[in-house]
Amino acid sequence: MPPTIALDVIRYRPEQDAEPAFQTYEVPFRDDWVVLDALNYIKDRLDGSLSFRWSCRMGVCGSCGMMVNGKPKLTCAAFLSDYLPGPVRVEPLNYFPIMRDLIVDITDFMRKLTKVKPWIIRDQVWPLEEGEYRQTPEQLDTYKQFSQCINCMLCYAACPIVGLEPEFVGPAAIALAQRYNLDSRDEAAGERLKILSDHAGIWGCTFVGECTQVCPKHVDPAGAIQQFKLTAALDALKSFLVPWGTR
Amino acid sequence: MDTFSCDVLIVGGGGAGLRAAIAVAETYPSVSVTVISKVYPMRSHTVSAEGGAAAVIKSGDSLDAHAYDTISGSDWLCDQDAVEAFVREAPAEMLQLEHWGCPWSREPDGHVAVRPFGGMKVERTWFAADKTGFHMLHTLFQTSLKYEGIRRHDECFVTKLLMDDGRCQGVVAIELATGKIQAITAKAVVLCTGGCGKIFPFTTNANIKNGDGMALAYRAGAPLKDMEFVQYHPTGLPFTGILITEAARSEGGWLLNKDGYRYLQDYDLGTPEPTPVLRSMELGPRDRLSQAFVKEQEKERTMKGPYGDYVHLDVRHLGERKIDGKIPFVRELCLKYAGLDPVKDMIPVRPVVHYMMGGIHTDIHGATAMPGLYAAGEAACVSINGANRLGSNSLTELLVFGARAGKAAAVFASERGEPSPSVLAQAHDEQRRLEEQFLFKTSGKERIATVRQAMQETVEQSAGIYRDASALQQAEAKLQRLQERFRDVNLEDHSYTFNTELTAALELSYMLDLAQVIVGSALQRRESRGSHQRTDHPERNDGRFLAHSMAHRGEDGLPQIEYLPVTITRWPPGERVYGR
Ligand SMILES: Cc1cc2nc3c(=O)[nH]c(=O)nc-3n(C[C@H](O)[C@H](O)[C@H](O)COP(=O)(O)OP(=O)(O)OC[C@H]3O[C@@H](n4cnc5c(N)ncnc54)[C@H](O)[C@@H]3O)c2cc1C
Ligand code: SF4
Ligand code: FES
Repeated sequence: MPPTIALDVIRYRPEQDAEPAFQTYEVPFRDDWVVLDALNYIKDRLDGSLSFRWSCRMGVCGSCGMMVNGKPKLTCAAFLSDYLPGPVRVEPLNYFPIMRDLIVDITDFMRKLTKVKPWIIRDQVWPLEEGEYRQTPEQLDTYKQFSQCINCMLCYAACPIVGLEPEFVGPAAIALAQRYNLDSRDEAAGERLKILSDHAGIWGCTFVGECTQVCPKHVDPAGAIQQFKLTAALDALKSFLVPWGTR
Repeated sequence: MDTFSCDVLIVGGGGAGLRAAIAVAETYPSVSVTVISKVYPMRSHTVSAEGGAAAVIKSGDSLDAHAYDTISGSDWLCDQDAVEAFVREAPAEMLQLEHWGCPWSREPDGHVAVRPFGGMKVERTWFAADKTGFHMLHTLFQTSLKYEGIRRHDECFVTKLLMDDGRCQGVVAIELATGKIQAITAKAVVLCTGGCGKIFPFTTNANIKNGDGMALAYRAGAPLKDMEFVQYHPTGLPFTGILITEAARSEGGWLLNKDGYRYLQDYDLGTPEPTPVLRSMELGPRDRLSQAFVKEQEKERTMKGPYGDYVHLDVRHLGERKIDGKIPFVRELCLKYAGLDPVKDMIPVRPVVHYMMGGIHTDIHGATAMPGLYAAGEAACVSINGANRLGSNSLTELLVFGARAGKAAAVFASERGEPSPSVLAQAHDEQRRLEEQFLFKTSGKERIATVRQAMQETVEQSAGIYRDASALQQAEAKLQRLQERFRDVNLEDHSYTFNTELTAALELSYMLDLAQVIVGSALQRRESRGSHQRTDHPERNDGRFLAHSMAHRGEDGLPQIEYLPVTITRWPPGERVYGR
């Protein structure tokens, strides 16, 4: 086991730096440390001015996504021992504007999440006295996977379309739309279909599947996009086949 | 200075804050509501909650049974009127969340499923696998997006409450992206800022749990209640402090000492059975289980590891199917963070600081002692948790009292006039303070992390699972010195853009104040009750201490402790009986 490992970390303070540049830090190597522990060591002992987001340190709050050796990762789940002998390159998530050091601007992502109407929509809302809407374990299983998204945005940082087409709502937002579309309590799949179809970029997805590969929660956004395209295509086909008079 | 105004300002976008915001938007659409949060709402700590949320829904259960479990679990220190309101409103709140789309785990016929939980005599804990808090928070957040009336200030850090003539009229906050200091005036403010586990070195709590709201209220003159009651969860992973949910035991997991012996049977918690028995053994309350660990440690029957002593949590006999079906996150966390597979391996665990029973004193409507200031969630103390919270009562508490506080604040706001313009002068003073004490200051020798670590060690050594007067007195003196050292803290970061060193300094200052309150309250309570165990006063003393401790901030900055009697309605204090 080496005594230390080097981290090459992107620094950018807009008030003083013309552009982002790497700074190298040497931290102790411990085999139970994750990249986030190393960043915290830097902040606590070496350089209090390094800025990054984190909170839960258990892979569920979605704050700590960064590029580690060029791949989008949750830094609280990326062990230093997987990057021996180093140096480990730590950069802000791809395709998002940098605000400061490892912190990116996510306002656009938040706007996209809201766009797909991620809430239950139905005609008849039961009064609470009627109890719960019934949903069998099998019905739950149809959307469960898509409900596991922690909004970490690793899939955006991996998606070539996000890089080319800024208006693309992106993998997580489509998975979220599908999460509600497939929920037996919801009735607004058609409405969301229209929102997504009207949106630039969606048809540009070439099923590279990078999003699904990097997703730490096995949400499979590529699968959601595929399902969505299929439904949309069928819908288009249906409206084409149905005779005018009955439309 | 940027200024904003609204009717109701909610500080915190976790479970309590979002529930409060939706309550305002739904019930009083003409009242404007803003949520301000130092992280994006879905990053709030509620996201980490695993096991479940309690509410009576099944036949064979009753509100009185839920109330009795809660009251005996609290060692009779909760207020029974609050508990009665809590258990009564819990089922509708949980159903409401179901209607909003929360993916609760289900029975084969489509009804919501429930699981057993520690200290509960009947199975009543709703769950969404073992990611209950995650699903509840995302459901609340996504639902909140549908109300255009709910305005949000994400990633804005509150540094001060604006008070005029004893009434709360808004806050001062730093917009992290730009470093701009903002004044947000409001007719009513609701603090939903969560707990403060980060005062301790070894905790399940996220980095953002620094008790900000508790300290802000305390500094503004509101008393903090029952702050000596700190919950240790019996099963945390050594080193990381990652929680292994109680659901692992409620599904049938065993706690074993180094001889493979289910040691809880030696601590008046019942006799071991192969399958879980409610209110017995591994399903006893958390305070008693964590105390049993220390006793085992004293008998040298625990195991030694690089991060302290531990015992084993064994779920292997549940089998892969049940583990993946009911506690998949436990497996995921163990595989990822402990390098072991609970299907094949035993899980090393030790007690870990988990939850603050105490908090900002409120009545059952969430109102604090200061007009216009409300609180809910872990930041508040109503109190339904008393000396020991039962697992799965907290998530439900966020909903019941979040909604109550939101509505009460909306009513208050609709009856009041605009905030007084004089509070803006205070906001300018606050800006000057932040710049002089931190941003522009170039002198100072102390590192934030060094002072923080010293505070954490001090509090753990004195206010851990077992306490005594001499350790607490020493801690009082040490904390006083740490306050002085904090004044000499040095910031290397003088940037306005996302200055996380500045926020870390402010969080440390909040925690130092609260550490003094925890230690001071623990010293004054010369009895043992629930999670507060004094080796020098080992008995419960109802004659003197069937009362909440109320900490006021004195002129000298130190806590002054007074007592407020507990409200008893129908359940006179009795013995806590588990496993027999
Ligand atoms: C690992 C873990 C598992 C748990 N499991 C369970 C369980 O199974 N069942 C159960 O009942 N309970 C459980 N709990 C307890 C429960 O999750 C918490 O008590 C509860 O989620 C707290 O919610 P909250 O809304 O009060 O605060 P939080 O969710 O902590 O939210 C606090 C909010 O306040 C904001 N905030 C704080 N300070 C500031 C500031 N200065 N300026 C602006 N905003 C600020 C934050 O940004 C955040 O949005 C668990 C706790 C932990 C740690
Ligand atoms: S889909 Fe996966 S990678 Fe994308 S934001 Fe959600 S959890 Fe992260
Ligand atoms: S810190 Fe929460 S996901 Fe990494």
